[in-house]
Amino acid sequence: MASYNMNQVKTGLKVIESGEPKAIIACDFIKPGKGQAFTRVKMRNLLSGRVNEKTLKPGDLLAGADIVDSSMQYLYSDGEHWFFMNPDTYEQVEADATAVADAEQWIKEEDICSVTLWNGLPIQIKAPNFVIRKIVETDPGLKGDTSGGGSKPAKLETGATVKVPLFIQNGEPIRVDTRTGEYVSRAKS
Amino acid sequence: MTGRGADWRPTATPEALRRRAAMLAELRAFFAERDVLEVETPLLSAETTLDLHLDSLGSEVEAPGVPSRRMYLQTSPELAMKRLLAASSGSIYQVCKAFRGGERGRWHNPEFTILEWYRVGWDHHRLMREVVALIETLLTGSRRLEAAVYASYADLLRQHAGVDPHDAPTRTLRQTVERSPAHQNTDGLDRDDLLSRLFVERVEPRLASNRVTVVFDYPASQAAMARLNAGDPRTAERFEAFVGDIELANGYGELSDPAEQRQRLERDLARRRKEGRPLPPMPSRFLAALEAGLPRCSGVALGFDRLLGLDLEARKIGELIAFPIERA
Repeated sequence: MASYNMNQVKTGLKVIESGEPKAIIACDFIKPGKGQAFTRVKMRNLLSGRVNEKTLKPGDLLAGADIVDSSMQYLYSDGEHWFFMNPDTYEQVEADATAVADAEQWIKEEDICSVTLWNGLPIQIKAPNFVIRKIVETDPGLKGDTSGGGSKPAKLETGATVKVPLFIQNGEPIRVDTRTGEYVSRAKS
Repeated sequence: MTGRGADWRPTATPEALRRRAAMLAELRAFFAERDVLEVETPLLSAETTLDLHLDSLGSEVEAPGVPSRRMYLQTSPELAMKRLLAASSGSIYQVCKAFRGGERGRWHNPEFTILEWYRVGWDHHRLMREVVALIETLLTGSRRLEAAVYASYADLLRQHAGVDPHDAPTRTLRQTVERSPAHQNTDGLDRDDLLSRLFVERVEPRLASNRVTVVFDYPASQAAMARLNAGDPRTAERFEAFVGDIELANGYGELSDPAEQRQRLERDLARRRKEGRPLPPMPSRFLAALEAGLPRCSGVALGFDRLLGLDLEARKIGELIAFPIERA
């Protein structure tokens, strides 16, 4: 894997720092009129999400990380691992709970998810931005109340709980934005 | 690449181009009123800086009647302007392009506009006040500047980094740098590198953005071409002017002693050799001018694009230059 010096780092690069994969989110070239130049790099840890800074001076290097995002199909979970398949090569990978994290409450078999692979291993799973899920638990719908006033919690088949309008019935499929966790609309089943 | 895909458009707005032209006219009026002579010196020269941290761009140049030789685009007009001063030019100024390899960032472009001027018979404290006057005259945008503050390098480092730049052991400076949140590898950083890091990271962010801060009495080891302070040889007659954390100007009570100047240049060359950096020749015409006699004077260089950027509240230098390096 390539290494990057202070003049080669740029936003979006994936690197290894302190043994962990990180994405560079900002770079600032600093050069006092009479002094050594350096680059201040801000990066986000792809495992923990934490942001840290590092200063690169001439000669310092950051190792590039073998990180790729790919679209993979969610197959099933045995409760400990979640299995995904590359639909082109049929290659399978197994993600642990840390990698799946919040996506767990949204994903369902056959969903196409974004899987971030580091050295071929999944480190982050993103659910599709929009999913259609059936409600398995909510208070009875108020017939005729389609005005949009008021909401109630509804539990989905995959585990997430979202706020839905009062007129939504138990057992109905709805469309949800997984990035915000918000109800979007009713969906045809 | 040809055709529609090429980035042929300027990155500067029409407003920035107009303000640049107006500001150039205003600065010429400023110096005309003060009887400072505008001059031009070569951008391309056989002599260039030996400063370890400045990269001169150069090329082999052939022309009839002169030997083929390596010539350099100036990193500032300092050497040539001092030759004019030694030839009794009196107070002079120049606004021109300067070039520094390897420098590109929010406030850096390898080619930029520099304003440099020299005041014969002035000490650097008097020149500091003129620098403030010029900045306050040219910054006419929405930004209203409060009265400038003048502070010594040592006072600022003591106040904001808790270290004395003249007395603290190098080990203490190193530990202080390493304590910063930006995880740093300080291997190979010498005392001046560490001080420079502390100044950039601890002091500059604290400088007020609504006034000029003039920092003076830099450590003697960072004198560059400034004379040492007669009263305190740990410090040099060097100053810088900032607005917020933007470094606008760097000035000196000019070193005129040719022997000391030669010594410093030889030290610079030795450091370049040690670090494996390019070795431009000793600037012999410049040294000959000092031998002939540089009048007592003070001089300063100011980053014109940055001043324009402050006036327009720009976020980066690319908003001020029609075609920055990536589109040049």
